[in-house]
Amino acid sequence: MKKTVKLISVLTIVLLISAFTIQNSNVSPGYEVGDIATDFKLENIDGKMVSLADFKEAKGFIVIFTCNTCPYAVAYEDRVEALNEKYADKGYPVIAIMPNNTKVKPGDRMEAMKARAKAKGFTFPYLMDEGQKIYPQYGAKKTPHVYILQKTKNGNQVKYIGAIDDNYQDANAVNQKYVEDAVDALLEGRDIKETHTRAIGCSIKV
Amino acid sequence: MYRMRLFFNIIIAVLFFSCVENKKEMPSAEVIKNVSEVEVDSDFELEIYNFEGIEKFFKTETDKTYVINFWATWCAPCIKELPHFEALNTNYKSKNVEVILVSLDFPKAYEKKLKPFVIKHKLKSKVIALNDTNSNYWIPKVSEEWSGAIPATIIFNKDKRQFYERTFNYKELINEVEQFLN
Repeated sequence: MKKTVKLISVLTIVLLISAFTIQNSNVSPGYEVGDIATDFKLENIDGKMVSLADFKEAKGFIVIFTCNTCPYAVAYEDRVEALNEKYADKGYPVIAIMPNNTKVKPGDRMEAMKARAKAKGFTFPYLMDEGQKIYPQYGAKKTPHVYILQKTKNGNQVKYIGAIDDNYQDANAVNQKYVEDAVDALLEGRDIKETHTRAIGCSIKV
Repeated sequence: MYRMRLFFNIIIAVLFFSCVENKKEMPSAEVIKNVSEVEVDSDFELEIYNFEGIEKFFKTETDKTYVINFWATWCAPCIKELPHFEALNTNYKSKNVEVILVSLDFPKAYEKKLKPFVIKHKLKSKVIALNDTNSNYWIPKVSEEWSGAIPATIIFNKDKRQFYERTFNYKELINEVEQFLN
């Protein structure tokens, strides 16, 4: 009898703790600039699993939560590819993560991601946030949503959160290239002028 | 042979003209209704603003409560909740509530997607378009809490204001609006 009570109380405590943990991760506001970002192991469009730790030579990362089905994300596809072409060799590769629930957005399923990446000639990893576990930790709210990380001895530190640039409609009419400015600053050891910017995007589908 | 052909042609001509005449003389009720609807619809002029222009809709000195919903025709959750905002606009008009639907469609979609959508769904709420690419400037002016994801909604009157980055069903929407009514 005593044993049962003990067992039940232990179980209750475990349940309570896990309930609060789950709740916490759900309401997590995500990262601020300066926080250490989690690594992950997510499936790429080539079927291989990708982690930030795999990029031994990288100085940091341009992590972009994006998808196939959001017009804002689509408007930025070529610019995301250009970012990777410009910065991967300099040590800041683009890592794209698709955060949507594919049951809600079938156009974001792995086959569709593969097809889009092939059609657009993506040279960066395009990863599926299977189970939607990674984007809430980052605090991504929409697609596209950028997190620039810099490798430090403590881990990958968040240096910038926000938009790619200041004109989603027309790449030729951009005045401020937020992501390029931020990565250039990191490469040159300068302070990033704007560490947090906002843009319209599509809510992440849960 | 030739006479028969001529006769045949005349019959066809008579039949043809009688049909045309029929249509002219006896328009069905349905036809009239459609025509009048098209005329009404063709009056829909889309108001397009930059942020400076649209800011006047975001404040009031009157006793009215405003519900401003940011949406776009391509945004599936926005389209799903749109009927609730339409119902609110109709059902709460007597309680001095007005819904304004601010479209964030791309300008190239105004003619092809947005206007046909407004006409097809006979939207009764005021629909205006916001075309201002410098969203890093104006998103925090709408609300510091806004990440930029849509759908997003603000409810305000001259005393208070609340921002919502979420979707609504009708009951949830009414619950929020009721808190602004005294």
